[in-house]
Amino acid sequence: MRIREWSYWLFLMPVLAALVLVVIAPLLLGIYYSFTDWNGIQATGFVGLANYKAIFQDERFLNSLWFTAKFSIVSIVLINVIGLSLALLVTAKLKTNKLMRTIFFMPNLIGGLILGFIWQFIFTKAFAGFGSLVGLENLKGWLSTPNTGFWGLVILMSWQMAGYIMVIYIAYLEGISKELIEAAEIDGANAFQRFWHVIFPLVAPAFTVSMFLTLSNTFKLYDQNLSLTGGGPYDSTQMVAMEIFNTAFKQYDMAYAQSKSVIFFIIVAVIALVQVYINKKREVEM
Amino acid sequence: MRKKYLIPLEVIGIFLALLWLAPFYLMIVNSLKTKREIFEDTLKPPSHLTFDNYIAAFKELDFLKTFGNSLLITGASVIIIIIFSAMAAYALSRTKSKVSTIIFFIFVAAMLIPFQSVMIPLVAIFGKFEMLNRGGLIFMYLGFGASLSIFLYHGALNSIPKSLDEAATIDGANKFQIFWHIIFPILKPITVTVAILNTIWIWNDYLLPSLVINQQGMETIPLKMFFFFGEYTKQWHLALAGLTIAIIPVIILYFFAQREIIKGVSEGAVK
Repeated sequence: MRIREWSYWLFLMPVLAALVLVVIAPLLLGIYYSFTDWNGIQATGFVGLANYKAIFQDERFLNSLWFTAKFSIVSIVLINVIGLSLALLVTAKLKTNKLMRTIFFMPNLIGGLILGFIWQFIFTKAFAGFGSLVGLENLKGWLSTPNTGFWGLVILMSWQMAGYIMVIYIAYLEGISKELIEAAEIDGANAFQRFWHVIFPLVAPAFTVSMFLTLSNTFKLYDQNLSLTGGGPYDSTQMVAMEIFNTAFKQYDMAYAQSKSVIFFIIVAVIALVQVYINKKREVEM
Repeated sequence: MRKKYLIPLEVIGIFLALLWLAPFYLMIVNSLKTKREIFEDTLKPPSHLTFDNYIAAFKELDFLKTFGNSLLITGASVIIIIIFSAMAAYALSRTKSKVSTIIFFIFVAAMLIPFQSVMIPLVAIFGKFEMLNRGGLIFMYLGFGASLSIFLYHGALNSIPKSLDEAATIDGANKFQIFWHIIFPILKPITVTVAILNTIWIWNDYLLPSLVINQQGMETIPLKMFFFFGEYTKQWHLALAGLTIAIIPVIILYFFAQREIIKGVSEGAVK
């Protein structure tokens, strides 16, 4: 096929049309609208940088950004530690390892909205019940304070995503040749040394993939946020995605919401590029 | 060659697996209780078995219809994504030129754009052309899903030798025949991966359908679940039965295809 041939463009046409109409045009139009007073239907004039200036004094938005950053960092660390531990566990020669993989991965097949509702029950009802059974007062009133809301979201995401990340680590762990590990064993390396000096460097590429996936899943989180805490109490657990949604579809402040989403896009793009850069650099060094 | 340290590991593993299942266990146990029993104790099993909650939730969710809606949207979107992404990836991988490189790069770069950055104008544009309906939704899924699918197909196509295409051309086959009868069947393993990844995403997606589908009777499962939950928020016995019903189809599918699903997800991530 050559690019001058009509068949080339015919093959590309459906996806190109979809990408342009669904992603590229809205993105560009959105950037344009963010400099206007667009109300969702029409824009009557340019407002320059007024929307952007307002964002930096918008406490609700800045709080949501800070909350999202905190949540993402804590979740990324926990998900990766748990995911790698589970992967090491189920790649040991256990009788039940197939079954365990199935169980740990299961939450990922169910939508975030439904998982959030289930955990809302666990945190508000089952935790309280368990608390009075063992006499722990701290287990009562979960999700009713900013702090328990934060940890509720972290627990939910760790429970859900650890099994997903586990699957990625398994793919790399199973790629390590058994001879290599046996050789280290014969040389007298104990289990910890084998992990730290042999296995760990070889699964390093899995970190790249896992970091990218956990970061993009936690930073852009919406469904679980909506169904578990709904942003409450008093917007204290509201993450950026929900803040933008509410500005647009609850307050109908379209141009303003759109400028927030442009800022959001820039943050996501910068993080992604930094990540790619660091990984490229590391791969060269290795 | 089983070693001593494997026994404590096995115990830890079983404990963790039970911990992972605990939320599902609590959901099911309490979905079988009355409102009063949940209020008294969430941890105890139900005093007697009754499926009243399930019957009520099933009716309230209009589950057969809702399930059908989800099936239609997901099925149509996934089929369209598979066919059109494979075609596009084929054109891009068989035509080495600057144009192809740029188009491929745009598709990959589009994966970075957060949904929130396009959703407001997207709804405005599609609303203007009265495309906020199921057809519009399926088209949107093609736009959002094409990038990853093209990326996966592109990788697989690069390992299929061009001599295959050339031989078929000599035999007089046109481009579309070559693609459909020779290339597409060879792509089957990656097609399974693409199908699994897109199915999990679209089946569970809440935000996009919530913005696009605003007619009653057309809701997908997550959408209906959201309204249902809002109505029964203080009636956990019904809410939990509804959640269990919503999960059952996924668990059944997982039971039969778990190997393919886990393999597909891991391939999709690692590549």
